[in-house]
Amino acid sequence: MTDLLHTAEALTAAPSAEPTADELEGLNVESVSPARMAMRRFVHHRMAMGCLVVFLIIALFIILAPWTARYPQSHSLPPIDGQSSFVSPNSKAWFGTDELNRDLYSRVIWGGRVSLFIGLSVALTSSILGTITGAIAGYVGGWIDDILMRTTDLFLAFPLLVSLLVLRNMFAKVHQLNWLFGELSSIRFIIVLLSLVTWMGVARIVRGVVLSLKEREFVEASRAIGSKRRRIVWRHLIPNAIGPILVAMTTAVVAAIVTESTLSFFGYGVDPSQGKSSWGNLLEAARGTVQSGYWWIALFPSIVFIITILCINFIGDGLRDAFDPKQDKGRA
Amino acid sequence: MLRYVSRRLVWAVPTLFIVTFLVFVAIRIGTDPVASYLRLNPRASQAKIQQYKEVNGLVGTIPQQYFHWLRHFVTGDWGRSIKGSRPVWPELKNALANTLVLGIFATTIGISVGLFIGTIAAIRQYSKFDSVASTGAFVGLSIPPYISAILLQLLFAVYITKWFNLSEPLLPTSGVYPPGHSGFDPMLRLKYLILPATVVAIQIIAVYSRYMRASLLEVKNSEYLRTARAKGISEKRVLVNHTMRNALIPVVTIAALDIGAIVGGLIITERIFQYPGMGNYFLTAFENGDFPQLMPWMVFVVIAVIMFNLLADVLYAWLDPRIRLD
Amino acid sequence: MTDSVFSVRDLRVGFPTDYGEVQAVRGIDLDVAEGELVGIVGESGSGKSVSFLGVMGLLPPSAKVTGSAKVRGLELIGADKKVVRKTRGKRMAMIFQDPLSALNPVHKIGRQIVEMIQAHQDMSKSEAQQRAVELLELVGIPQPKTRAMQFPHEFSGGMRQRVMIAMAIANDPEVLIADEPTTALDVTVQAQILEVIQRIQRELNTAVVFITHDLGVVARIADRVQVMYAGRSAERGEVHDIFMRPTHPYTQGLLSSLPASGTAGQRLHPIPGSPPNMMRPPSGCAFRTRCPHSADVCAVDPPPDLAPFGTVETACVRAHELVPEGAL
Repeated sequence: MTDLLHTAEALTAAPSAEPTADELEGLNVESVSPARMAMRRFVHHRMAMGCLVVFLIIALFIILAPWTARYPQSHSLPPIDGQSSFVSPNSKAWFGTDELNRDLYSRVIWGGRVSLFIGLSVALTSSILGTITGAIAGYVGGWIDDILMRTTDLFLAFPLLVSLLVLRNMFAKVHQLNWLFGELSSIRFIIVLLSLVTWMGVARIVRGVVLSLKEREFVEASRAIGSKRRRIVWRHLIPNAIGPILVAMTTAVVAAIVTESTLSFFGYGVDPSQGKSSWGNLLEAARGTVQSGYWWIALFPSIVFIITILCINFIGDGLRDAFDPKQDKGRA
Repeated sequence: MLRYVSRRLVWAVPTLFIVTFLVFVAIRIGTDPVASYLRLNPRASQAKIQQYKEVNGLVGTIPQQYFHWLRHFVTGDWGRSIKGSRPVWPELKNALANTLVLGIFATTIGISVGLFIGTIAAIRQYSKFDSVASTGAFVGLSIPPYISAILLQLLFAVYITKWFNLSEPLLPTSGVYPPGHSGFDPMLRLKYLILPATVVAIQIIAVYSRYMRASLLEVKNSEYLRTARAKGISEKRVLVNHTMRNALIPVVTIAALDIGAIVGGLIITERIFQYPGMGNYFLTAFENGDFPQLMPWMVFVVIAVIMFNLLADVLYAWLDPRIRLD
Repeated sequence: MTDSVFSVRDLRVGFPTDYGEVQAVRGIDLDVAEGELVGIVGESGSGKSVSFLGVMGLLPPSAKVTGSAKVRGLELIGADKKVVRKTRGKRMAMIFQDPLSALNPVHKIGRQIVEMIQAHQDMSKSEAQQRAVELLELVGIPQPKTRAMQFPHEFSGGMRQRVMIAMAIANDPEVLIADEPTTALDVTVQAQILEVIQRIQRELNTAVVFITHDLGVVARIADRVQVMYAGRSAERGEVHDIFMRPTHPYTQGLLSSLPASGTAGQRLHPIPGSPPNMMRPPSGCAFRTRCPHSADVCAVDPPPDLAPFGTVETACVRAHELVPEGAL
């Protein structure tokens, strides 16, 4: 059945002028590289494209913070209409102000800087680490693979917050590791800590991809002509795994941003007293004000946060579809 | 099959010891019981401190300390909390019970609804329902639990009361019973469970609807379904014995893992809703550096994780014989 | 033929897609007598599998199947779903190309055969299990009792196909449709499976429709052969006649494209061009775009039916010009 549908799709020649056999013989079919095909598929995924645009807009706002934010992060505004704290949204403070009369809109932008920086850094380091580990484990197999799977299995089954908090405390006390971690509650500390936890998820995904690729014929062919293992991993497996790796990276970014914000929310993440607040810190402030009905403190950071995460998720979905299209397209 | 199970079981025991040891080391390094003790008993004399250390096995090398702790733990002597010097077990027991109630309630509802939505989405692939369900799942997954918790709290604690001019909040946003309440009142208990359970269920529904949909679609397009129909068996039989039987395999295995994760996993929700469960217990103990409270908690979680991991493995092998290769 | 067990008339199958309707099958006729093995030959996209999936009602609901397909007078196309379902597995059974994906991987094969039996016969579970073991023995599976408790992935390809056959004949069907059962197997195993099918056919006197693209297989086991191209029949007749004197240019092309013994080192002669777009097939004879003898008369609609020509039937309207009558 699929052959028929392929026949139907494949021939796009105008049927009104039925080609003779001779014409068909010399027909030149434009060859499209898999990368180009993937990009084409991505562009057709409407939600993913839309979210990419939205995300780029948000990212742009955040990168250009010195110009897009109206005030510096810790700047307390002079009293508005006589109020010097918790002013609801108005022309001077589009998202309202907090307890120190700081413009929430600006703080959301500055906070995005922190959150996105941490998120992307963590995703980058954990992806590199995870890809290398996962690829080796998947390809070489044996006890290396066994150990990787067993330990990551257990670690990932543990409640994430518990692991993070316990490890945080532990690493803070081990002074020998200060060169890597930096000061407790510094951004560097958080990045290293989160990377240590996130790389395992990436490693597992990459391992899975490598395992399935390993059985493919082009690997066997490469082995048959005597390629060294390293060459096979580097030149064949990893390029073919780029798709799923990219998808895993988007997942890592989301995981990192969410985890960092959760940590900051509970006071174990970014330390706001050092001048920088992430989105998590902003939401922590929201928690105390729930009863008092200062809705803007909770609403605006939440919305921006959720939209950002949503966009990255959809982009990841688009990437997944672009690199491995299956028959089902369950999205709008 | 039996060989598979017994191999896994044999591995589980040393794993248990190794993991508890590692956990012990991590917490021992991370929290300094002596410092906590001093913090809460600032005027303790040197002799008292030394006595405290000896009683609680805080002298000697790390492995020695571990075995000291282990000996006491398995004989049921869990000591007392550093803060307030209360026996550990009763509080832990309550916390465990509360979390299990919340966890099982939310997970049961979440998985049922999730599977239902996923099934319909797969049956009516490409339909409006499917698109809405997929988008909804995406959105649900994109909202971290603590945000949905705060937003729900905001909504129910403040705004619904205001909009509908209610004398008290429609749904309570913290605790298990109203302050001062004693005794067991299922309806009231349920009322207090609704909001935290919703937060947990949102995530679960999002995940399971997608898993079910994906799994069902894969089965739907498989050739053995065609063979089953070619045999002329009833559609119902095809649905149950073939479609569902195969589609549920990955779902069931994941569910087993998720249930194991309930024990220590609802930290955020419990903290925000002031629900006195395992999560809250952990955070409080952690903040206080209360070592005697932390270790038993950890052991429970470790046991739950290892046990349910094992269960998930066994379940998967039982349901999918292709796995039983080692 | 009036004594045919399985009778198809003007079968058409169409698939509506976003781009238009794919006319997979555009009117084929077929007759199979009791104990006869008819080979259906065609390349991918010729509609050979789709035709019979359509008759069995195994195509997706969006597929449009029209025409007539009767098993000893019982009409299947357009019939009540229940009628079709009761016929499937009981009077008409099908075996598929890839037994690994065609068998449910999580059920023991004994159970899968029992399911087939219990769907149509009133047997207790233990009786059905016994019968399943007998069937396995019948198709040549050693240690059938032990093997019945195993799973598909524990069998080799050839063994799995034997299991499929055992399952298909469980209810002694009148018609067996074999959809490329040997394509996924290597040659030596292929021969074994063909032997099993032939043996079964002789013992149970089943009418067999054997779908394949492999002319060698057809030559080996078929009594008659029907060649399909672009959803229509090109020619049909006794195997010997068709192979010795093909009357349709397509069949001629197929046969001459085979490497023959004694032609080592010579160039192969494939049929130029590719199969047509089934959403807008050429008018008249669909093969004319690749046919070396194409003429104006070939482009005239409606597409030509099979017409008697000597001892065979052919759909080539120029056969009498091109093929010397009586030449053998």
